[in-house]
Amino acid sequence: MTARLKPFAPLLALLVAAVLPWSTLSVPGLFDGALNSPGTLQLLAVCLVFGGLALGYDLLFGRAGLLSFGHALHVAAGAYGVDILVSHYGWPLWSAALTAVLAAAVLAALLGSVALRTSGIAFSMVTLAFAQVAQITVNRDPGGLTGGEEGLPMRTSGLPAGLVGVLNTVNLYWLALAFLTVVVLVVHTIDRAPLGRTLIGLRDDERRIAVLGLSPYRLKLVAFVTAGALAALGGVTYALVAGGVSPHIASSELTLSLIVMAVLGGAGTRWGALLGGILYAYLDQRLARLGGGLPGPFGQPLFVLGTLFILAVYFVPGGLAGLSRRWQTLLGSLKPRTG
Amino acid sequence: MSTVVLLTLTGLGLAALYFLIASGLSLVFGLAGVLNFAHGLFLSVGAYATWWAAPHWGLPAAVAFGVAAAAATGALVELVLIRPLYTRHTEQVLVTVGLSLAGVALLQSLWGADARIFPRPAWAAEVTGVLGASVPVDRYLLIGAAVLVLLALLAFLRFTRYGLIIRAGVENRAMVSALGIDVRIAFTLVFAIGGALAGLAGILGGMYFSAISPGQGASLLIFAFIVVVIGGLGSVTGSAIAAVAVGLLQQFVNYYGAPGAGDVSVVVLLAAVLLTRPAGVAGKVATA
Amino acid sequence: MTAPILRVAGLSVRLGGSHILQGVTFDVAATGVTALLGRNGVGKTTTLRAILGEIPAEGGVEYDGVPVLGRRTHRLIRDGLAYVPEDRCVFAGLTVAENLRLAERVPNPDYRLVHELFPELEARAAQRAGTLSGGQQQMVAVARVLLNPNRLLLVDEPTKGLAPAVVTSVAAVLGRVAERVPVLLVEQNLAVVRKLATDAIVLEAGRVAWQGRATDLLGDAEATRSLLGVGSTAGRH
Repeated sequence: MTARLKPFAPLLALLVAAVLPWSTLSVPGLFDGALNSPGTLQLLAVCLVFGGLALGYDLLFGRAGLLSFGHALHVAAGAYGVDILVSHYGWPLWSAALTAVLAAAVLAALLGSVALRTSGIAFSMVTLAFAQVAQITVNRDPGGLTGGEEGLPMRTSGLPAGLVGVLNTVNLYWLALAFLTVVVLVVHTIDRAPLGRTLIGLRDDERRIAVLGLSPYRLKLVAFVTAGALAALGGVTYALVAGGVSPHIASSELTLSLIVMAVLGGAGTRWGALLGGILYAYLDQRLARLGGGLPGPFGQPLFVLGTLFILAVYFVPGGLAGLSRRWQTLLGSLKPRTG
Repeated sequence: MSTVVLLTLTGLGLAALYFLIASGLSLVFGLAGVLNFAHGLFLSVGAYATWWAAPHWGLPAAVAFGVAAAAATGALVELVLIRPLYTRHTEQVLVTVGLSLAGVALLQSLWGADARIFPRPAWAAEVTGVLGASVPVDRYLLIGAAVLVLLALLAFLRFTRYGLIIRAGVENRAMVSALGIDVRIAFTLVFAIGGALAGLAGILGGMYFSAISPGQGASLLIFAFIVVVIGGLGSVTGSAIAAVAVGLLQQFVNYYGAPGAGDVSVVVLLAAVLLTRPAGVAGKVATA
Repeated sequence: MTAPILRVAGLSVRLGGSHILQGVTFDVAATGVTALLGRNGVGKTTTLRAILGEIPAEGGVEYDGVPVLGRRTHRLIRDGLAYVPEDRCVFAGLTVAENLRLAERVPNPDYRLVHELFPELEARAAQRAGTLSGGQQQMVAVARVLLNPNRLLLVDEPTKGLAPAVVTSVAAVLGRVAERVPVLLVEQNLAVVRKLATDAIVLEAGRVAWQGRATDLLGDAEATRSLLGVGSTAGRH
């Protein structure tokens, strides 16, 4: 019975997530207000965005085995791109979003074509360095475009009415859910397609793929550009949900937290990075809110998350996804055998 | 002319900091194969330990304490966190990432996120005239310390048994074990040396910027990474040359170009070096 | 008949999903040269590395009567189990003298023997090992081992890629060494095997396919061809 329902579990989860804003249920301890209160919806929307960003990053890290330290650059490209076009140039949101994502994809293709000439640790360093340039540029506020360290609040007059105001937080929530769904569809389609299997083959043994007559470079570039475009889309969504962009989104710290999310959830698994992203973003926001009330270093979300992450690397290899798999094996072995 | 002199000496001062951080990173990577993101934490430990101890014990003792604390942190990180993961390099990198996040947060909870005024000897605040330029003495302090460290490090690598083991281990770890040598002792040693040098960089950086903050290590670390890659992983001399190139380029372009252009030019230099010579200026292939 | 110096029993190695060694069992006599033979890729080098603890393995390895599998490599080496790896593995950036100094494990290393066997190395002490010829590098690799007292030598393809004249001198040195210390020798050159080996073990697809006296194997043209893929005359000069 449960086995037959299992393929529909993601759909069911999506359905529950979609109708959640109509629930007035309140879950004390987990959320401050009722589920449909703007505060909770905002928090959940951020969680969903990071779930999508982490899964998109895992296309590179967990699937293609590319340990990029510069993913924040692509997120920032989308976020700042849409914010600048809307707030400075008064573009309508949808064309601004489309342009930002396309431009970010082209940028990813350019940078990827350089970075992928290296491999291993050198690739990590090159991507880190590129992202560093982006962070510096954003912080210097070239031509007053990015707002420097202050960040760039989204000019609300340029947005559709349905995305403005506290009462419309629910629409931002749905937007975040839509972004997450897009990432899941793209990544899982790639997983099932020959490309996905080849990427995993590439991660495990590059020579074998080269022997098959496929170009590892071109395949990796496809993965890099796809992941970059998904990150930019996430950046656009984040800019809308957060009502603007701050330079933190371009920082190496953001990339590091994406890595933490993917590993925490289970890199390379179907749902691991997504769950890791949601969990991380939730803990990050909740801990920040609880911050003052906790003793010493526990008031610092990053202390708790960093420590949790180190423990996870040691004791939960395979992350949350690995944990659930082991749990199922355990259950299976406990079941009475028939026949 | 005087501007050029000042820029050169300031660039060399910056290069000194980069070198102190990068040489340890480079040895750790070359020998143990670990890209150590926690290196910035060692730097902060050294700086904060000195800052904390200076009012009690006076500056010279406090500097020694800071360096020792950073070295101990490095050794401890290797023993407790890196060693149990054997040769699983990706996990080792991930652990150092977690450590860098948690460590900075820990410092923030102890001493706050804001910058703290850092003590420095009175003579380091003075200014001397060189070829018509007024150069703050702290530049010489940085350059002198880095040159001493470079010479000491080269002598250590060249003339001591452990130096020999480290040089051999950078080439081929397995073969060092196959000669009956416990190469893991050398791992702990390079982490301790790397920690000590990073701690010294933190202290000197504190004197140079007259302030320390928990996030300072991370921003210096990225440029140190770039220096390591340009200089070749595992090569101390390469790190020194690359540090000078990066420090000077950054200073001059920042002064004569647009603000921030110096930082960008360093990254362009890195990309150019990697595309033309994936192995870096000196040392072994960077794709390991 | 003395007890064997090394007993390998049911040694299994899996690497990256493939089962490279599938229960390898053999003894190495306490004297003379035992040759470990087989075609390329049958697991000869893997066997040596598994014995040394360089790669994870299952089964049993007894060294001088003591189970040692799972011990760390450097401890085994310090116990007198010396290793001359395939492709020499000298440290290219270190000088010849430094390569030798690194290998010293005892207070009074036997430089007299090394300089007697390889006078060339004394003259080239200050030269970087990476600039030596293949034969000279092989001398360094063997010399590193001979500085210390050993109870067993594992030598992996010492003549690979060397000129015929050099092969002869390397074989002569190994013959002299084997007078004092037992040797487990992986070798493709059957002429060298014929000259040095008392016993022979042949691996095939991760298992022992034949073991016995070396002369019995090399004297049997049919067995040599089917096990090693070469005519036994190939090694006769």
